[in-house]
Amino acid sequence: MVIALNVMNVALAIAFIALALGLIFSVIRLLIGPTPGDRILALDTMVINALGLVIAIGIFQGIQIYFEVALLIAMLGFVSTVALARFILRGDVIE
Amino acid sequence: MTLEIIGIYAIAVCLLIGAAFAMVGVIGLIKFNDPMTRLHAPTKVGTMGIGMLLLASVLHSVVFGDGSMHELLIMAFLFVTAPISAHFLAKVSIHNRTTETPPPTSRDGTWSTLNSPDTTPGPDKPD
Repeated sequence: MVIALNVMNVALAIAFIALALGLIFSVIRLLIGPTPGDRILALDTMVINALGLVIAIGIFQGIQIYFEVALLIAMLGFVSTVALARFILRGDVIE
Repeated sequence: MTLEIIGIYAIAVCLLIGAAFAMVGVIGLIKFNDPMTRLHAPTKVGTMGIGMLLLASVLHSVVFGDGSMHELLIMAFLFVTAPISAHFLAKVSIHNRTTETPPPTSRDGTWSTLNSPDTTPGPDKPD
């Protein structure tokens, strides 16, 4: 039991590190990305990584309330991605 | 008891798979050198990575608490919206002509996002 819990904690730490590195790499792509599409894609990936971090914190603390935070972040990320893409495609968000 | 230990190991395996897919997708986002190829890598983060993390969360609540399936809602939402946002980003790449010229279309003259009156000569519109 103790060994299994230790393994799960190590896996959780690895997940935290991977998601944090994902955020850092997305910021690098956001800074150097040559085209606007790359920048929108980097922002979308940042939202997804933040969502994964929230889920990992929920597993770490064992609290169910982080589910609603994750759902809100997912919906806002999708809407903002579509809004930015439409702004570039049409020059306006809502016509 | 034994079932609990198996559940905890399953949580660990799901977390590791999710972390690996998140890492692979973001490395692809950094290293690829064309906007369309860069578009294909981070989609794995959204579907497999977050899906596995949510599966780990479901297993965690089943093993340690009284179980909840709410996380499947986020999974369904992400699986529905990831192709839509990827489609919009591909349209942005075609629209800005930052990718290679897409293949010719079968029915119409050109791709719809490139078919604006500023670039293609068409019938005169009434103002």
